[in-house]
Amino acid sequence: MSGTAGNEKIPVTVLTGYLGAGKTTLLNRILTEQHGQKYAVIVNEFGEIGIDNDLVVGADEEVFEMNNGCICCTVRGDLIRIIEGLMKRKGKFDAIIIETTGLADPAPVAQTFFVDQDVQAKSRLDAVVTIADAKWLSDRLRDAPEAKNQIAFADVIILNKTDLVSAEELREVEARIRGINPYATLHKTERCAVPLDAVLGRNAFDLDRILDIEPTFLEVEDHHDHGHDHHGHDHHDHGHKHDDHKHGNDGHEHDSHGHKAHGHGGAKHYHDEDMQSLSVRIDGDVDPEKFLPWIQDYIQREGAAILRSKGILAFKNEPRRFVYQGVHMILDGDLQREWKPDEARISRMVFIGRHLKEDEIRQGFLACAA
Amino acid sequence: MVDEKTQSLRDHVVMLEAGAPVSAVAFLGKTPAIVLDGGEILLGEHGAQTRVAAHPDGAILVTAQAGKAVVTGGDDGRVVRTDATGACEEISATKGRWIDALTARDDGAIAWACGKDVFCRDAKGATKRVSAPTTARGLVFTPKGYRVAMAYYGGAALWFPNTESPPEAFEWKGSHLDVTVSPDGRFLVTSMQENALHGWRIADKAHMRMSGYPAKVRSMSWSADGFWLATSGADSCVIWPFKDKDGPMNKQPRELAARKAKVARVACNSKALLLAIGFEDGWILLVRLNDGSEMLVRRPDGDRSPITALVWSNDGTRLLFGTEAGEAGLLTLP
Repeated sequence: MSGTAGNEKIPVTVLTGYLGAGKTTLLNRILTEQHGQKYAVIVNEFGEIGIDNDLVVGADEEVFEMNNGCICCTVRGDLIRIIEGLMKRKGKFDAIIIETTGLADPAPVAQTFFVDQDVQAKSRLDAVVTIADAKWLSDRLRDAPEAKNQIAFADVIILNKTDLVSAEELREVEARIRGINPYATLHKTERCAVPLDAVLGRNAFDLDRILDIEPTFLEVEDHHDHGHDHHGHDHHDHGHKHDDHKHGNDGHEHDSHGHKAHGHGGAKHYHDEDMQSLSVRIDGDVDPEKFLPWIQDYIQREGAAILRSKGILAFKNEPRRFVYQGVHMILDGDLQREWKPDEARISRMVFIGRHLKEDEIRQGFLACAA
Repeated sequence: MVDEKTQSLRDHVVMLEAGAPVSAVAFLGKTPAIVLDGGEILLGEHGAQTRVAAHPDGAILVTAQAGKAVVTGGDDGRVVRTDATGACEEISATKGRWIDALTARDDGAIAWACGKDVFCRDAKGATKRVSAPTTARGLVFTPKGYRVAMAYYGGAALWFPNTESPPEAFEWKGSHLDVTVSPDGRFLVTSMQENALHGWRIADKAHMRMSGYPAKVRSMSWSADGFWLATSGADSCVIWPFKDKDGPMNKQPRELAARKAKVARVACNSKALLLAIGFEDGWILLVRLNDGSEMLVRRPDGDRSPITALVWSNDGTRLLFGTEAGEAGLLTLP
C-alpha cells in the first residue's frame, strides 16, 4: 500500500459563485500556493480556462433525480462516477476541489456526498465556498435565482473585488448577503486574497465541528483588512454572546434574522423576499420523542424549500448534545459531546430557505419543549 | 454457513505478485493477467510474472477481455489492447477524456464510451460512433449478432453499429450503471444507483424489478447453463432465475453463502454449475449451485480488504483473484 492513510476520507471543497466572480482566480491561488498538498480538481467546461494542476477532470454536471420518491433528492451523477474513478489514483492527491458553473445549484453537489454510499465511504464534503462579486452581486440577487441559492447554501462566502466598490456599496452588498445567510463565514477580498485555511479544511459538515450556530454577522468587524492575509479570523465565530437578546419570562426566545433592521456596527440588514434565515430557540430541554418525529416530518414536507438547517439540542435526561444538520430533505444527526457544567442547556435550530413558514416552524419547535 | 465441515481449498491457492490495488483479472489463454489501478498489467505465473505499463501516465478505469488479449480503458483517454506476450496496441486515444465503459468479445471487436460518445470497433478496425442520451456507464456486446447494449441515466439501449438506425431504447427512470444480456439473448439487465437491478424482456420490453439489496450491485455473472444470474451487493449471493419465459418475474431469488460481509464480486464457472464469491472482507467461497455446498478458497489473515477482481479460466479449472489492498492469487482446482 502507498504511504498515505488508507482509510482516511478525502475532503472535498465545492467552489460556487456566479460567472466572473473569481472562482478560477481562487482555484489558481489554492493550486499555486506553497502548501505541500496535492489536489484533484473537478472543473466544468474542460479546457477553456488555464488551470495549472496535474490532475484536472472535466465534469458534465449531470443532475440525476434519485428514484426514491424524494422529489428534491437530486445528485450529480457525473461526480459519483468521477470520484469512483479518482479513487484509482488514491494516495496521489490529498483533497478534491469541485468548481461548479456559475449557474449551478449547489444542492445536488452537496447531496451527492450524503446519498451515494460509495462516495460517502471514500470522501467527505468539507465546505461549500461561494465567491461573490462585490460590484455585481446585488444585481444578480435580483435577477438570478442561482446566485441567491449559492449565497444561501454557503459555509464560507468570499466577497471579492471589494476594490471596485465604495465603502457604502460594500456595506450594502454585505447586508444583502447577511439578509439571506447570516451563518456563513464571510471574507472581504481583492483578487480572492484569503488565507487558504479560510477556505480549505473547514469541516463544515462535520457534526463534531458544529459548535455554535450564532449568526456570524453579530460580530462587528471594525478594522479594515482588505488585501491582507490575516489568519485566525474565524476563531471569533465560536462561543461568545454578543449583545444577548432579552429573554422573555416564558424562557422561549426566538430571533429571526433578516427581518428586522438590526444596526450592529452600522451595517444594514435587508429582508430578502424569497430567501430567508430563521433561528428558533428553547431555553431548556426538548423531548426527543416529540422533536425527532416533528423535524423528520417537517423536513419531508417542506424540505424542498429548506436549503440548509442545523441544530444543537438538549434532550431531556441526556447528558450529551444532540447535533443535526440537513441539506434539503437529507438529515444527519448524532449525540455529540456532553454539555459542560457551566454551559446553559439551550436548544437552538437555524434554517435557511425559500419562503420559510416562520410561525409554523416556531410553533412546531416550541411544542417539542420538554 | 462456513464451519469445520466446510471443505477448504486454501492449500491449492498460489499467491501472485500484485503490490497495488487490483482493478481486474483475466486469463489470456492460459496466462494469468492482473490489471492494476495504477496503469500496469502483470502477466504470467507465480515466479515468472512480467510487468507491462499499459497506461504509463494513467489509472485503469475499465477492463474487458477480447479473446486472448485484455483491453483496458484509462483516465488518460486511451483504450489499449495487451496480449499474453506483453505487447500493447493503442486502439484509441482521446486526450483529456476518461474511458467510462468498455466491452470486448472474442473476435477482437471492442466498444467503449467517453461521456455520451459510444464507439464500436469491429475486428477489422472499422469504428462507428453513436451518442447516448447521457454518459454511458455500462456496455456489453450481446451474445448474438454485432450488437452493443448500453446503460445510462434513464434506461438502456441496444445498438447495431453497422446500421444507420438509432439505438433501440429501453426506458426506466433512474441511473443505470452496469449492463448484461442473458446468454440466450432474451433478457437485458442493468444494475442501478438505487441498489436494485432492472430487467427487460427484449422481445416485448416487459419490466422486471429486482430489488432489496443493501448496496449497489457492481458484479453480475451468468451461470454456465444461462439459467441463473448471480449478483453482488448483499450479505449473501443473490441469484435470480432466468430459465422460464418470464425470467424472474414474480419469483424469489436464491440466496447462497450467507455471511456477515457483503458480496463484492461473483464469477460463475464456465463449465460447471459452480460459483466463486468474493467478499468485502477478503473471503472467497466456492458454492455449488445445485446443493448450495460451500468450499473455502480464501480466509485472509492479514489483508482483509475487498475482493475487487475474480475470474475463471476458460476451461473452468483455475480461479484468479485480486484485492483492493494489492494481493492476488490463483486457485487450481484439485
